[in-house]
Amino acid sequence: MAIFHRALTVLAGLTGLVLSGPALAGEGKASPWEMGFQDAASPIMRQITEFHTYVTIIITLIALFVLGLLIYVMMRFNEKRNPEPSRTSHNTTIEVIWTVVPIFILVAIAIPSFRLLFAQYDFPKADVTITATGNQWYWSYEYPDEGISFDSIMVQDADLKPGQPRLLTVNNEVVVPVNKNVIVGLKSNDVIHDWAMPSFGVKLDAVPGRLQKTWFRAEKEGWFYGQCSELCGRNHAFMPIAVHVVSQKEYDAWVAKQKSAQLESKGKVASIEK
Amino acid sequence: MAQTAQAEAAHHDDHPHGLRRWLFSTNHKDIGTMYLIFALVAGVVGGLLSMGMRAELMEPGMQVFSNPEMFNVFVTAHGLIMVFFMVMPSTMGGFGNWMVPLMIGAPDMAFPRMNNISFWLLVMAFTLLVTSLFMPGASGTTGAGSGWTVYAPLSTIGMPGIAMDFALLSLHLAGASSILGAINFITTIFNMRAPGMTLHKMPLFVWAVLVTAFLLLLSLPVLAGAITMLLTDRNFGTAFFDSAHGGDPLLWQHLFWFFGHPEVYILIVPGFGIVSQIVSTFSRKPIFGYLGMAYAMVAIGVIGFVVWAHHMYAAGISVNTQAYFVFATMVIAVPTGIKIFSWIATMWGGSIRFDTPMLWAIGFIFLFTVGGVTGVVLSNAGVDRSLHDTYYVVAHFHYTMSIGAVFSIFAGWYYWTPKMWGYMYSETLGKLHFWLMFIGANLTFFPQHFLGLAGMPRRYADYPDAYAGWNMVSSIGSYIGFAGLLVFLFSIAYMFAKKQKAAANPWGVGATTLEWTLPSPPPFHTYNTLPRIK
Repeated sequence: MAIFHRALTVLAGLTGLVLSGPALAGEGKASPWEMGFQDAASPIMRQITEFHTYVTIIITLIALFVLGLLIYVMMRFNEKRNPEPSRTSHNTTIEVIWTVVPIFILVAIAIPSFRLLFAQYDFPKADVTITATGNQWYWSYEYPDEGISFDSIMVQDADLKPGQPRLLTVNNEVVVPVNKNVIVGLKSNDVIHDWAMPSFGVKLDAVPGRLQKTWFRAEKEGWFYGQCSELCGRNHAFMPIAVHVVSQKEYDAWVAKQKSAQLESKGKVASIEK
Repeated sequence: MAQTAQAEAAHHDDHPHGLRRWLFSTNHKDIGTMYLIFALVAGVVGGLLSMGMRAELMEPGMQVFSNPEMFNVFVTAHGLIMVFFMVMPSTMGGFGNWMVPLMIGAPDMAFPRMNNISFWLLVMAFTLLVTSLFMPGASGTTGAGSGWTVYAPLSTIGMPGIAMDFALLSLHLAGASSILGAINFITTIFNMRAPGMTLHKMPLFVWAVLVTAFLLLLSLPVLAGAITMLLTDRNFGTAFFDSAHGGDPLLWQHLFWFFGHPEVYILIVPGFGIVSQIVSTFSRKPIFGYLGMAYAMVAIGVIGFVVWAHHMYAAGISVNTQAYFVFATMVIAVPTGIKIFSWIATMWGGSIRFDTPMLWAIGFIFLFTVGGVTGVVLSNAGVDRSLHDTYYVVAHFHYTMSIGAVFSIFAGWYYWTPKMWGYMYSETLGKLHFWLMFIGANLTFFPQHFLGLAGMPRRYADYPDAYAGWNMVSSIGSYIGFAGLLVFLFSIAYMFAKKQKAAANPWGVGATTLEWTLPSPPPFHTYNTLPRIK
């Protein structure tokens, strides 16, 4: 009996430990011991999170139901308690029930599922357009409407400044304005890569020979991170994506700065080659 | 189930010895034995590879692998070995060969010599794969690091060395081995059932093998075509998967997954059959809803051919294509649910004994349900948007494979071991093995759902620090599971040392299929006179 109480205490403690690792709001990356999605920073991610919670509740109930049945059956119909087995091997009613009820459950899942899927492909009018090109092993970005382009390379552990997350920090991050529709075109220069941003609910392969597109609208300012999500070779784990969401004013200032910096560097190159 | 006629006592048979017996075997029992030994060896190799990966992933940073590409090579080899050289040889090659002829009253398989070449082709295939680990792969590394899915163009331009070609040739031989085996099983089951055993009187394990054989027959040729196209792209200047010259990387994915999805049902359906036999035996009740069970497996097999692109939701297929595949994939949950509930209904009203085989079977029923329902989550393209290529997927398929398929294999091992070798295993060691695997596997893979939800991608040698907690738990779980494997290996040695003789039927009245009417072990040739089934 004492052992039972001790086991319960341990279980309660573990549950507390496990549930005490919430994601901090607006962090844009995982928190230690995180058990669910990162906090949503886009309307699509909010919808994904809601749908996932809904389906997870359903499947948890189903799994617990099966577990409950198994435990009951093991306790009620073991050899000692039921020395004479029955010969029942048919029951049309129950066979119909356990065929039809799952169909109803699947329909209940399918309706919001299709709504979510078609919402993800309901492309809004673009406020900002960027293209992300996958390379082995870094991303390069272009803002075709602004004439900006740059490479985004992971910062090695030794070069990290305090507070910069390991394996997520890059030298040049994507900058976008908050609450604006961003269309992301995806390309690849070599093998298949994948541009993923968990906080925005975005993930799409970058396939060589194709230009594919996805979109997001960031609802919060801050730093948001993702990682390459298609095996692309040696440094697949070391080509992260970083998006800095800022106010429209800051974004305009950044664009202006990028443009002048690129003009300057173009000028420098021209002057070297005499 | 059918009533059985007693097989006659074994009289002295003249059987071959040495090389003639093993290298040139035409005996389904010997070939089954060789497959089981082979699967065990491959399983240990595949398991050691996974230990290497979990050791690396135990903490953030790179501690074990100096070259992250080597980690990718381990990922690839682990997947290929477990799928092609552990699960399939155990269930079809091992238990299929041993038990199908015995269960249907056939003296051997329809093509005994082709049976032998199926086995030895697999040995050659495994040799090629292991060799590939030491051949140049991506620049500066040995071995093929493409993942078992071998996506182009990583597997073409990304892997110039011949390791990839060795791996592809290995797959060709393994595929050929299975196609020939499938032909053998289909012919045997359709044509060599004893008089009175109609298709609707066959044990469910035989149904499972029949369905699986059709899946193999129809899906493997597509893999063969695809890997041939990959070999010619790599070596003979074709451009099937090269967009710069008119090809498309997505063509590879469609071809691979058209094989790949039926493949996962190939891996689990024989396990369904094994669980049916065991649940019935240890509940001392016939299986509930026999026809529903048989045709549920057929339905799973057939529908399994039209759901492949749920592996490609993030690849760039259109929204309407995704919508179709969401719908089709969800349909498979219905026949699968029928099976889970039928097993429980079999136990309901039964008189259950919890011997080791039954522990594995009950563990399977619950844990495969857990794996199956996360599959329902993933089938929804909208949420797969976030879960694709994360550890949530790794958790899903390890629950269904590493727990589902593996538990069914261990269940079959303990159930049929007294019949195959004539010795009883130690119940204490069997139960210890079960609990170590149960705890170990759950501790390894359940936290991986959290990692996937939190955004950790798969096939990663290193990860951002936030993922450290659950990765540590997962790695510790894997060590416990490995301890279970060691207990299993010890239990085999112990059984062969103790030599405690097993009866023809150690399981009592619940064991109603024909193999239990034969001596343990059965003579070299069985059913020299065909049994008559009432």
